[in-house]
Amino acid sequence: MWAHCLSILPVTSIIRKRTLPIPGTVLVKLNQRVTATEVIAEATIPRSHLYFNVARSLGLSPLAAAKATRVRAGEQVAQNAVIAESSGLFPRQIRTPKAGRVILASDGEILIEVESTTLPLLAGLPGVVTQVIPSLGAIIQTNGALIQGVFGNGRVDTGLLINLMEREGDVIEASRLDLSFRGAILLAGQCRDAQVLRNAAEIPVRGLILSSLLPNLIPLALQMKYPIIVTDGLWPTPMNPLAFKLLSSHARREITLNAQFYNRRQGIRAEIVIPLPVSPEAKEDEVQVFAPGQMVYVLRAPYTGQIGQLVNLLPEPVNFPGGISASAAEVRLENGEQVLVPLANMQIVG
Amino acid sequence: MPTSVIEGESILAVDIGNIHTRAALFDVVEGEYRFLATACVPSTADAPWHDAAEAVRQAVESLEKVTGRTFLTPQRLLILPADSEGNGIDGLVITASAGEPLKTALVGLLDEVSLQSARCLAESAPTNVVETIHLHDRRRFEEQMDVLLRAQPDLVIVAGGVDGGAGRSVLRLVEAVGLAAYRMPEEKRPAILYVGNSVLTQEIESSLKPYTRLLKTAPNIRPSLDEEDLEPARRALAEVCAQLRRSTLRGMEELFQWSGGHMLPTSYAETRLVRFLSQTLGAERSILAVDLGASNTSILLGRGGQAFTQVLPMGLGEPLPRLFNQVTVEEILRWSPYDLPAHRVMDLAYQKALYPQSIPATQEEMILELAFVREILRLGVRQLRQRYPDVLSPLPFFEMILVGGAALTHSHFGAALLAVLDAIQPTGLTSILLDPNGLLPMLGAIAERNSLLPVHVLESNAFINLGTVVSVVASGAYGTPILRAQITYENGTEARLEIRHGNLELIPLPAGETARLSLQPARNVDIGLGRGRSGTFTITGGTLGVIIDARGRPLGLPEDVVRRRELAKKWLWTLGG
Repeated sequence: MWAHCLSILPVTSIIRKRTLPIPGTVLVKLNQRVTATEVIAEATIPRSHLYFNVARSLGLSPLAAAKATRVRAGEQVAQNAVIAESSGLFPRQIRTPKAGRVILASDGEILIEVESTTLPLLAGLPGVVTQVIPSLGAIIQTNGALIQGVFGNGRVDTGLLINLMEREGDVIEASRLDLSFRGAILLAGQCRDAQVLRNAAEIPVRGLILSSLLPNLIPLALQMKYPIIVTDGLWPTPMNPLAFKLLSSHARREITLNAQFYNRRQGIRAEIVIPLPVSPEAKEDEVQVFAPGQMVYVLRAPYTGQIGQLVNLLPEPVNFPGGISASAAEVRLENGEQVLVPLANMQIVG
Repeated sequence: MPTSVIEGESILAVDIGNIHTRAALFDVVEGEYRFLATACVPSTADAPWHDAAEAVRQAVESLEKVTGRTFLTPQRLLILPADSEGNGIDGLVITASAGEPLKTALVGLLDEVSLQSARCLAESAPTNVVETIHLHDRRRFEEQMDVLLRAQPDLVIVAGGVDGGAGRSVLRLVEAVGLAAYRMPEEKRPAILYVGNSVLTQEIESSLKPYTRLLKTAPNIRPSLDEEDLEPARRALAEVCAQLRRSTLRGMEELFQWSGGHMLPTSYAETRLVRFLSQTLGAERSILAVDLGASNTSILLGRGGQAFTQVLPMGLGEPLPRLFNQVTVEEILRWSPYDLPAHRVMDLAYQKALYPQSIPATQEEMILELAFVREILRLGVRQLRQRYPDVLSPLPFFEMILVGGAALTHSHFGAALLAVLDAIQPTGLTSILLDPNGLLPMLGAIAERNSLLPVHVLESNAFINLGTVVSVVASGAYGTPILRAQITYENGTEARLEIRHGNLELIPLPAGETARLSLQPARNVDIGLGRGRSGTFTITGGTLGVIIDARGRPLGLPEDVVRRRELAKKWLWTLGG
């Protein structure tokens, strides 16, 4: 059975395709070096329009309305500009109450775009552009450590990593955060207190790495302007030992948090990238088949968040205490205990 | 036996879900169609594969191992039709529920007339209604257009106007749709389904066609003010859904070609089968089918030869945290025999959203998942009742309840049955059948090309009959005697029971056996025949036997939390959970 993979890699080649949801303009070139927060492409999304029916407003026939139209598609119009005017001794006018761009001016109808928003696409990781995808984005590559998480609040930033954790299960208290952490990314552990998120915003920090977060704090986390990445799950879940060891070994190093929203369908997860000036020994695998010897991450109770080694794939389905019969494997957890875990409840770490 | 009409057609049916892809093989055995084998593999429509066809190939390869037959070429292409050596299959049908529910905007003239019918239509398919626009909408024309732009729907359903009625207002609404579509990037433009005033169809086709990637029209869903005709529009909607999936999910177009166009949305295929079953059962009897998936839940009622479908964009996967918009944590926990902290409920909901393929490996998590199941089914039944109050009463009677969805069919039988009874609360005598192989949509899709096959398979043992449930409508104090039951087995042995209010009783009756069950209710107690009326029934056994649910209708749970947990534990224990 094939398995989903969770990347917790000390050194790897990280290749990411970044594309806009709709066509726009690509702002980078091939081989260009980019920072994580650099805008590599942008698209314009229309938001608000004004519509004028010239015929109805001026009491004209469609043909006369077309003649009365004073603007053309593509034209910029100022606020209060005349956009249609009837002929005769007492001409009547239509003025636009807002400035904008004429989208449509035909058959006696005028449509003006008065507001649009620009959708920026950030690089998300520091690296080199290895391919430009016309109108949509680029492929960016870098070498370094990679740790994927389960939750991101949609923000991106880069900063110096400061480790506030001593053990995987540490809980971060609001009182630990002070101004000395200004501009840093904090490795902070489990979070159950809204004040932690607020204090971090006031300092301000450049990011928070949490092992778990109280579900009630998710809406607040989404409001924060700095990136928050949760590595393992919801409160109370300690950080998995692999991620903890890897992150704590890189304290005082510049790292990037791309706290992109989790999207299972597209395979998008929040990512911590630690750029390293070395050649990669490992490469990310998107699809693997379960096999003995693999390092696995357990997703569900009773071993949620634990890392272990897959010892043996069982040939027949196993009955679990809840009554479900499922394909399973024997897994040796880090504490030496050997347990049965359904294959559906594991991801391969690699 | 009508064996002479069988031409020996082997059929492969495939259902592509968000989590699992199933393949099932049907062929003729001794003159009758039989369900021969099934295979289930993880779906591959999403990351990391991004190719729905890969899981189909994997499932077919599993079928090859199980059956010893060959269905694929060395290049992994389906051998269709079967060759002279017996390799391959004669027909392929596909049903699919993979993909997110379609973001849908509804446009209609009157909120309580055409828009209501459009909503009804949309909710019979895996859609998520994100915006509605109607004649009495107070927003200006351009604001209506802008909200459509912001909503970025995958589909716009336009209804409105009676046939031959005035069309100007409909055209005005259509203009807003057209302008919004015009302002969207071509690849993001929504599909449009027009089901309004038939006189305007041609005009609407010509005005909207340039601005949509897919335009479909169907006969008016409100041909007159007091008439609603959803059936042709449902078919059109099913085609639109299938076409959108083909254009957005890689591999689906290839599968569509393999199947020769026999590809239907899962819920539509299920609706077909439920309608067929209802026609078979007769006008007075009702059946209910439920299919609880990761992203959608279908509730289907068959009555009077018709099918009434409600598809909720809610399931045990990504949408699960949104359940808390409609249900409290306490409502989930009331079904648990254990004292669990509230955060465990939230935690599990988010875990399921992150990893919808994961399964409960502890008793506690199984209990919680089935508590979610209860609340999702309750929501679905409630919505179906609101939509069709004339056909689904608050104390419903169903001849049969068909249960699909891995969360129920792969659970302990007793725990699954209890969840179904708690959620649906049927009355009278009901057979409960599990569909562990996901055959319900497959048979619905097959019926289109082979009407005999579903009949034969339904008459076989392809479904797991859990047993017959007698659900008693009663109120009163817990422990009061409310019913006397006497069961007479085929071998002549008898058993008598006195049933007390608040209890669940299990009477053994193995699958395949029948017995005579005499029920004598107390004066104010109803077993589905009217208050106090006795009856004797021939009943068939099942995996669990005969279950007498004397907990009352509507089911009332004790206020006292300790007592409630004790009862939950007792009921589960009675059913072997």
